[in-house]
Amino acid sequence: MSLRARLGRWPTLLAVLMALFVFAAPALEPAVATATDLRSILNEIEEEVMCPVCGTLLALAESPQATREKAFVEKLAKEGKDKSQIKEALVNQYGDAVLALPKSSGFTLSAYVVPIVAFIVAVVLLAFAVWKWRKVAGKGEDRRPDLEGPSDEDRERLDEDLARYDL
Amino acid sequence: MRPRVIISVVVAVAIVALLTFGLISKGNSRLADGQTAPSPELPKLEEHGQGSLKEYRGKWVLVNFWASWCIPCRDEAPELQKFQEEHAGANFTVVGIDTQDLSDDGSKFAREYGLTYPQLHDGNGDNGHEFGTTGVPENYLLEPDGKLAWDEPGPVDKKILEEHVVPLLPPTKKAA
Repeated sequence: MSLRARLGRWPTLLAVLMALFVFAAPALEPAVATATDLRSILNEIEEEVMCPVCGTLLALAESPQATREKAFVEKLAKEGKDKSQIKEALVNQYGDAVLALPKSSGFTLSAYVVPIVAFIVAVVLLAFAVWKWRKVAGKGEDRRPDLEGPSDEDRERLDEDLARYDL
Repeated sequence: MRPRVIISVVVAVAIVALLTFGLISKGNSRLADGQTAPSPELPKLEEHGQGSLKEYRGKWVLVNFWASWCIPCRDEAPELQKFQEEHAGANFTVVGIDTQDLSDDGSKFAREYGLTYPQLHDGNGDNGHEFGTTGVPENYLLEPDGKLAWDEPGPVDKKILEEHVVPLLPPTKKAA
């Protein structure tokens, strides 16, 4: 019996399988990547929005409301909405309070600006205080009584004290 | 008094006032009997446009705060629908406020339970907080002038409604 007869249809089947693998692999790759991207978008959003009922980050919440909110986020992500569009949709449903971080516009901008301004003011005040303190302390340190003798003020006081005693 | 002392006192008073305000504003005081209920404009749940409890002034209104994810609300909804069918008229209506809920979920819930009474959507829960709700469901009976007559911080059923709400309502043609 020839080798071809002994192997039968196996070489053909093998060739078909290999061809399938070569063509199917690139097609499968984006599907896997899309699922990973979706999970990472969901994780990111769940870290950046709140569960309004629980008062915690959505990622930490397990309440029935949080479950519905997560499903809503997943539905929008699957529809191809990006992170900002999903957050906007959540704001439309639950209001601004759903955002874990306040918006950087309008009145809520003050949540970002005020701490920076307060920090700058504190640094300026501290620098001024240190400068003033060093100036006051420096007056005393600059003097060398061992070389220059007593100050005018000390000399005056010494004279007054000596005047009280009849030596 | 030296200016530095005055400034220090003013700063200290301002900090204490700010902390006190923070503590007070965090408080979630419940609407008391005789107090006028807050009635801001809210989106209508199943229709376009805005609605408010003010629109029902002149009627007794049973305000029901609910959400589609709330399990006790599922038992309560048919009871409220039945009560609406028996008592609604020129002098009374039930008004549902779907709170901290997705509007699509709320609409689906209303359709599922065949709720025909007016529905508003309080997505961020602010209106509920103004009433002083601590969860869902909660029920508030408002007099025709919008003042609170009775409230139930939990689900209502036929027995509760018959005992507490019906005696307060004026007789209607339907109820008579």
